[in-house]
Order: sequence, then structure tokens, then C-alpha cells
Amino acid sequence: MDKIMKPLPIIDNDSKFFWEGCEKEKLFIQQCQSCSLHIFYPRILCPHCGEENVTWVEASGEGTIYSYTIARRAGGPAFKEDLPYCVALIDLKEGVRMMTNIIDTDMEAIHCNQQVKVVFQKVGEMTLPMFTPV
Amino acid sequence: MSIKNAAAIVGVGDVELEEGKVKDGLSVLQIQAIAAKRALDDAGLTKSDVDGLFVAGLWGVPGVGTFPSVVMGEYLGIEPNYTDSTQIGGSSFEAHIGHAAAAIQAGLCEVALILYGSTQKSERSRSLAGRPPTFTAQYETPFGLPSPAGAYAMAANRHMHQYGTTNEDLAEIAVATRKWAQLNPYATKRDTISIEDVLQSPMITDPLHILDCCLVTDGAGAVVLVSPERAKDCRKKPVWILGQGEAHSHWSIQAMPDLTMTSAAQSGKRAFEMAGVGHDDIDFVEIYDSFTITVLLTLESLGFCKRGEGGDFVKNQRTAPGGDFPMNTNGGGLSYAHPGMYGIFLIIEAVRQLRGECGERQVKEAKIGLVNGTGGTLSSTSVVILGRD
Repeated sequence: MDKIMKPLPIIDNDSKFFWEGCEKEKLFIQQCQSCSLHIFYPRILCPHCGEENVTWVEASGEGTIYSYTIARRAGGPAFKEDLPYCVALIDLKEGVRMMTNIIDTDMEAIHCNQQVKVVFQKVGEMTLPMFTPV
Repeated sequence: MSIKNAAAIVGVGDVELEEGKVKDGLSVLQIQAIAAKRALDDAGLTKSDVDGLFVAGLWGVPGVGTFPSVVMGEYLGIEPNYTDSTQIGGSSFEAHIGHAAAAIQAGLCEVALILYGSTQKSERSRSLAGRPPTFTAQYETPFGLPSPAGAYAMAANRHMHQYGTTNEDLAEIAVATRKWAQLNPYATKRDTISIEDVLQSPMITDPLHILDCCLVTDGAGAVVLVSPERAKDCRKKPVWILGQGEAHSHWSIQAMPDLTMTSAAQSGKRAFEMAGVGHDDIDFVEIYDSFTITVLLTLESLGFCKRGEGGDFVKNQRTAPGGDFPMNTNGGGLSYAHPGMYGIFLIIEAVRQLRGECGERQVKEAKIGLVNGTGGTLSSTSVVILGRD
């Protein structure tokens, strides 16, 4: 039987720059030039102030685990081989939150507020931003 | 603008399940039609009285289910003056109550039918995983979050981290809800469980065990709402809409501002203010229990206890039959039934309690009840406060 492929991001005009950045192992987020707040996920206008004056900036890649879960049952057939695995929400230093996997660590030691940094992981044809404890 | 007493619920209907499945291979259109007929019979009305139609669902997508109120209108032979397919997940029907009451108050319709059905158990179609990672899902789906349980698990972990809430606290809710189910002959799960059973049940996604998670069942429900004038001629005594509120704060769990507080803080506040009642006036509550943590967060968000004190609030089986805070009196999504979007069944149970139709599980002197729906991944909430004469 063929290996079940993992679901990969379907790139659109909001996300193209973000995923191309990941390919180059750079984590780009947006910043609003009107209110100066950072934005994730990327969009055409600022969700904080509503202005269209958004630009891309490279993020530090550093942050803390806001919360997490260890999956004991897979979120889809393609993830079964990874069990158990950690899905987490990271608060980046820049003040935005993103979903990711915590990798290269002891699953049972993961905790809220733990410091992590981005690592880029090849999945199929794409590169995804994942995080690991510092 | 208030819709207090602008409309009354005069009819409710649902269908029987066997081990969580509809009988005889009934289709999702058939069970909605049966529930609708029963709700109209309950009210002493017919389908020709209906001029407002409110339907949300997850069936028939892609396909005719994209247009649920239009398709059900056709199937039932109803051509409404007012139509609404508001889809905000499990809380859709509490929102429909508010929208229907407002439409009735504005004179846009007089008799509203709210409808839901699902055969997800029969079709084995519960898991939300595996949907294509388009648009905002592209930042979540590739990381394999078990959906929706994983999002609720992250809320639970954050609550535990901030407030010291424990798995035992969550298990109190599962056990108390099961005790109500044991008093409801129509509940799917009726065998006795203990807190230890919950803690020993298989882990789905830390820290949620399988007994912290709602059932996966079929089901159909219908509610009939009418103007005060029409309510005078109906078969059953009216159950009044005293207050209603709705809110959503995010769709993707990564966009939830604070994982320990839902938008029930806003929707609940509006409902209480509209009803002009306080927490002590509420005789029983029907709180959306997709997961045990959903209930804990909602009790805090609605202000029944302070933030972080949900664990203490539910201790010692306080929400069980005989406790001083009757909650989820039909056995809830955890033990009665949970056909995908559960919100309509909370309303149906509250109406039956207020009418005194609940037999063994009847809450004594039930005059005012609060219903809270939660949809998506703690994304949307709607609160309805109901009362009788």
C-alpha cells in the first residue's frame, strides 16, 4: 500500500511569502506600519487597527510554549507513525501566537512557558516551521 | 434593543436512538422531518403555520447541504418569509433563537421552526481531521492536531498551568453528568462510572481522557418559536425567551485570545442583562459539554464562579442529581447524545424541564433555566435564558 501523504499547506496569495520564507529557513511574520503591532497568520490588512499598511519582517524565531497537547491518537491517518507527538501554541517574542510541533525533545518534559526556538523541518515538498526547547 | 418576552418556545421534538444510532437506517433528511413534525404536533401547529425557517447542519457537504434551510424547506414543503442558515458550530441554535425572536418581534415572521439533524455515527464521519488545509487551516492542519479534541486539550493544559486545575476536577463533571444520564431512559451511556474510571480511561490527547470527551452519535432536534399572540392558542404552555446573547472570538485555536476564557463572558453578560436576572435566579443550567473542560471554562466565563475556581465549583458532585447546582440534566453530550452540533438538544432539555416533563430527572421548582452553546474550537458561544409563567 502507498504511504499516506501528510496534508500540506495549500498556498494562497496571503501565505505565499510566508511559505517561501520557510523554504529558505527564515520565519517571516507581518508587521503593521500604522499601529506597529505584529500579525500572524498573514493577511491583507491589519486585524488590530484595520489598516492595509502591512509589511513582512523576519521574526526572531524565539518564544515560549503558551500551551500544548501530546496526541495519543493521530489527527489523521498520515500522523499515526509519529505517535505520540506534541502540538503546541508558541508565543513568539514579537507577540504573535502560532501552532506548531515541538520536536527533538522528551515529550513528557514539555511544559507551558518553556522556552523554544524555531527549527525548519522538511515534510513532503514543503518546509514547516517547528520548534524545539532551547 | 431587547427581545425579552418577544417570543415563546411552544414545541420541541427529537428522535430516538439505539446505541447512539437512528433506527432503521433513517436518513438525515428523514430524521429532521420526523423531529419537525413532532415539534409542530407538540405545539398544536402544522407545517403550513411555519413562516420562518432556521437550519444549520454538516450533512450533504459538498452538495445540497451547503444550503440547509433551502433544502429542508423544499423537503418539508415550507416556503418561508424569513430564512436563516447561520452556521457558527454547536452554538448555532442558541443564535437561531435570538434571530428568530428578533424576526418575530419585527413582524417578519410569526412561527419559526429551528431544525438540526446528523447521522454522523451511522456514517462514521465524525473526525474533523483530514479536511484540506486551505485558507486559515493551512497554518494548523499540517501539524496534526487531533481536531477538535486537541484544541480543547490545550485549553485544559493552560488552565491547569495557570490555576492548578486537575484531571480529578474535570472527572467530577463527567461522573455527575453520567448520573443524570442514568435518570434519562433515552440517554446513550447509562452504566455507572467513577472518578477513577475517568482517570483510567484511555488518553486521547493530553490531558483529556476518552471519558472527558463527548459521545459520537446521530440525532435530530426541532424547536418551534412563536409570537406571544400565537402562543395563546398553542397546545403547550409557553416557555419565554428572557434573554439571549451571542459572540465569537476566533475560529482557529491559535487565534483564541485567552485559552482559559470563552466568549460566553460577553454573550452571557448580554443574556443576563436582557433577562434582568442574576446568577442566583437560575434554577438549572444546560452547558455545552463537548469536553469536560468546555464546561469548566464556561462556568467561569459565565460568572457562576471566579476565574480559576471552576475546579472547586464542581467538586463533590455539586452538579449531579441532588446537588445544589443542577447541570446538564439529560446526561449531556458526554452521556446522552452528541450528534456533531449539540446545541439544539440543550434547548429541548431546558424546555422540557421548565414544563415539568422530565420524570425522574425533573428539577424541582424549575422556573428559570440557562442554556449555553459553544461551537468550533471554543470559537463561538450563544447563551439563552428561558423562563415559564
